[in-house]
Amino acid sequence: MPPAADEGRIAPPVRRRPGRAGAVLGALLRRGSAAFGLAVIAVVVAAAVAAPWIAPYSPDEQLFEGLTLEGAPLPPNAQFWLGTDLLGRDLFSRLLYGAQTSLVIGVVANGIAVVVGTLVGVVAGFFRGVVGTVLMRFTDLMMAFPALLLAIVLAALFSPSLWIVALVIAMVNWVQVARVVYTETRSLAERDFVEAERGLGAGPGRILFLHILPHLVSTIVVWATLGISTTVLLEATLSFLGIGVQPPTPSWGNIIFENQTYFQSAPWLVFIPGAAIVVLALAFNLVGDALRDVLDPTLKGRH
Amino acid sequence: MRKTLLAGSAAIALGLGLAFAGPAAAQEPKQGGSMIVTYKDDVTTLDPAIGYDWQNWSMIKSLFDGLMDYEPGTTNLVTDLAESYEVAPDGLTYTFKLRPGVKFHNGREMVAGDVKYSIERVLDPATQSPGAGFFGAVESIETPDDSTVVFNLSRPDATFLHVMALNFAHVVPKEAVDEWGPDFGKHPVGTGAFKLKEWTLGQRVVFERNADYYQEGLPRLDEIVFEVGQEPVVALLRLQRGEVDIAGDSIPPAKFLEVTQDPAYSDYIVVGNQLHTGYVTMNVNIKPFDDPRVRKAVNMAINKDRIVRIINGRAAPANQPLPPLMPGYAEDYEGYAFDPEAAKALLAEAGYGDGIATELYVANTDPQPRIAQAIQQDLAAIGIAAEIQSLAQANVIAAGGTRLGAPMIWSGGMAWIADFPDPSNFYGPILGCGGAVEGGWNWSWYCNEELDKQAVAADSMADPAKAEERIALWRDIFVKIMDDAPWAPVFNERRYTIKSPRLQGPEGIFVDPVHIPVHYDYVWANDVQ
Amino acid sequence: MASYVLRRLLQAVLILLGVSLVTFVLLYLVPADPARQIAGRSATADTVESIRRQLGLDQPFPVQYWRYLTGLVQGDLGRSYLQKTEVGELIWSRLPATLLLMLGAIVCELVLGLTMGVVAAVKKNSLVDRGLMITSFVSVSAPQFVVGILLLYVFAVQLGWFPIGGYGTAAHLVLPSLTLGILGAGWYSRMMRSSMLDVLRQDFIRTARAKGLSRARVIMGHALPNAILPIIAMIGIDIGIFMSGIVVVESVFGWPGIGQLAWQAIQRIDIPIIMGVTLVSACAIVLGNLVADLVAPFVDPRIKLR
Repeated sequence: MPPAADEGRIAPPVRRRPGRAGAVLGALLRRGSAAFGLAVIAVVVAAAVAAPWIAPYSPDEQLFEGLTLEGAPLPPNAQFWLGTDLLGRDLFSRLLYGAQTSLVIGVVANGIAVVVGTLVGVVAGFFRGVVGTVLMRFTDLMMAFPALLLAIVLAALFSPSLWIVALVIAMVNWVQVARVVYTETRSLAERDFVEAERGLGAGPGRILFLHILPHLVSTIVVWATLGISTTVLLEATLSFLGIGVQPPTPSWGNIIFENQTYFQSAPWLVFIPGAAIVVLALAFNLVGDALRDVLDPTLKGRH
Repeated sequence: MRKTLLAGSAAIALGLGLAFAGPAAAQEPKQGGSMIVTYKDDVTTLDPAIGYDWQNWSMIKSLFDGLMDYEPGTTNLVTDLAESYEVAPDGLTYTFKLRPGVKFHNGREMVAGDVKYSIERVLDPATQSPGAGFFGAVESIETPDDSTVVFNLSRPDATFLHVMALNFAHVVPKEAVDEWGPDFGKHPVGTGAFKLKEWTLGQRVVFERNADYYQEGLPRLDEIVFEVGQEPVVALLRLQRGEVDIAGDSIPPAKFLEVTQDPAYSDYIVVGNQLHTGYVTMNVNIKPFDDPRVRKAVNMAINKDRIVRIINGRAAPANQPLPPLMPGYAEDYEGYAFDPEAAKALLAEAGYGDGIATELYVANTDPQPRIAQAIQQDLAAIGIAAEIQSLAQANVIAAGGTRLGAPMIWSGGMAWIADFPDPSNFYGPILGCGGAVEGGWNWSWYCNEELDKQAVAADSMADPAKAEERIALWRDIFVKIMDDAPWAPVFNERRYTIKSPRLQGPEGIFVDPVHIPVHYDYVWANDVQ
Repeated sequence: MASYVLRRLLQAVLILLGVSLVTFVLLYLVPADPARQIAGRSATADTVESIRRQLGLDQPFPVQYWRYLTGLVQGDLGRSYLQKTEVGELIWSRLPATLLLMLGAIVCELVLGLTMGVVAAVKKNSLVDRGLMITSFVSVSAPQFVVGILLLYVFAVQLGWFPIGGYGTAAHLVLPSLTLGILGAGWYSRMMRSSMLDVLRQDFIRTARAKGLSRARVIMGHALPNAILPIIAMIGIDIGIFMSGIVVVESVFGWPGIGQLAWQAIQRIDIPIIMGVTLVSACAIVLGNLVADLVAPFVDPRIKLR
């Protein structure tokens, strides 16, 4: 899970107020890799939204003509553009609907993780005290868990539905955000201008909302983008292990899970959804990385 | 619980249909040599009181012996450590005369006290044996002398001789159990044809020939090497290259069509039928399955032929709980034919014309979720929207054993596995009132007290002369169960063993119904000089 | 230094205690009855009850947890419910395979990552640089099961260069190590590139060049050793990624390590094994982080231990 351990590898805290959203977008589009990433995301979002209209078949329909007489799946052909799966369902249609799953989980799970992580990080970093200490110790504890093992145990605890899977992923992924936001909040809280404000009699609320949070925005935006990539990968991994989204709801991970034993005789069933996962995760990574550069000029040109 | 291949199939297979027994079978057996057997999962234990899964079942049978066993490749009971036995006319006393001069691997002679000790060990809760329940009829065990064991039963039990052939009734020496304590399963000492030579956890287990084995000329091989942690796909490839002799987990689904349709492998494959049924349970305590019409509608809605096609024809459609080769199978029973229209009509008649929302539980290992989705589509066609709950096997079992836990369960991966070839084994815990308790295995919670009485009556008929009458009684019981339709039987799985052509043996031992998957004692290699 | 290490070790113990508590609570809540599972299909209620008592599962939660802890302090991880084997022995017997795999992964990520990073830095802003950086992005965006199956398909099934799976020889090790290490290789190549660029900008490199040393000598002899240290120091942190990765990689390749042990135990809810593997993994992660922190000041004098 990429950003899991890259705390030391990620750029130092962002130190400048972000520019207008439009300016940021413009800067992103001027970078080839980020533009590519945005384009991929746009295509995937469009595919997910338009799935009901562009999918040639229902994603769950097990077509009689979708299997050979011996029950083997069909390779890509004129009728089924990407072939069929082991139940005779149209792989292309399942991929389109699978994009919905990946995006919904990516956005929801990562959204929860970012909100929880930010909350914990800010509270621990700004207010400190007993609550802050307890929160950070708990974060340390969570860092010591092998993330996937924790997610698997959590998934065993509940019957995994789409929302449960999102929740499980959020419960594992908030930790990274909390660490980063905590470090940044602490360093901000110790800065001179905050001390000065305090000296002028500003209350904690005013300092928090006027001086701390605005500085955190760019960090959070970067993490929210990179985090979607992590989330998409974790969802795929859980589904690959058979403990993710429940069938017949397609997700790119569970398409691979259902068909993996056939990877030699029907490789398209594994490698097409596999490629989809890689490309989507790559897109969010590229955009996230570019955002970091754009929002943090101190790093510009180094990557 | 025994683990399974495709759909819960550590079942007892009758060694019929030996499809590809080449002419080599007629050769004279040779002595010596070794073979390599692979499995994916680790061997968990070789303690006969504990072991209860796919790979250790037959391994334990080769290390240990019980009073009774079966003729190789068949389900015909024969004596093993017992030389003879007598059943009292009231069926309450079984007296076994022991074979003299049988020695444990540690050199000591086996005596009656060892038999008594071994059974009492299984019954001792401290042993935590999953087999204790089989000996429910045993009241006391006496050993009048070193070569006689007398079992006093509290009720007649027509299955008692089968029970004496179970691994749980195998004889162990007390001193070895005392020496190793809970680790006896890693240091097994028995009277069997092989003894343990080496065990590297997670990698390999090696058996060597027991030179003192009481049966002349057995075992044929000098050594068996079990390699574990081998993916079935890998094992198959290695077998094709001649590096492996038996792929213990059979042919992986993805390779199945390729291998079975290739004439080059006809010498490699042995096909057998097995005493396995894959079924859907419907919990009669949960609406709408409290209505038999709904349960019948489900039986009519499932397109079993299509499901068999999805698993590449590795099974035959089923219409009743008992598999065709089990005594008591009703040949002439027609079951519920596939008829979605009639099913819809039944649902409407039951007042569910507007459709039903329910849940279908399934173990989350391939191909079970796939089969569940096929069932789900069939049910959707008659207006039953069954949401799939694909969970770890242990969670499904727990939900099934909870009164209002799981409305429907696809049994694949956890299906009932006959412990011995007798129809009663397919009733008590899974369809009788006794199993319809919290934590039980009767997942449909079906409890018909009238049938329970008939079952008790049938199992009291311990007199061998009444065997046929007893089987007929069982046949009726299962037909009556289908009238209430607490299950929708889906298919009976076939068993495919893939082995190198150099291995030979008497008919049926490669799909042995009891020594599952292979009766190792009788295997011999035709390339031994 | 000594007091720092002592404090960190104490913290580590507390963290592990917390991990054990959280895991124990989660497993306590899993809706499956271990006693039932052990007792088997034909067990009577009495047998189940007796097993429950023997395992102490009839005790209230605090008592159960306290018993587990007292065993743990004595180095006893308990016995597997279903295999009846000591959990310690099970983990111990599989640990060598997992460590070997991790070692292979470290070699892969360093060799691949550092090479890519150095080349990219030296060829800064060229097509090669861009190509390598895109590769590094792809490698951190690919789920391990996809990488694993792809490598299997190409190098084992199609080309036949490596065995399809299994354990034993060096050839068996290559594909699983590559799968586990490719993620880290992506990160390392980017870190190495910027680290190398930093070093190349520094005065002593200019001096070396000015003294007339060849470009290759300067890069290999002077820049590389300086750029590589901060990266080596990060290896300890990789343990966390590896501990997640082994569950997937070992199951794809049939590697007999603790990842497979954990996965099989989770399928059967064999609680003592799940507890044991989680604790051992957490231990490794905590120690890995500690080592990384301890090494840091040696490679970068600006970092001080606090």
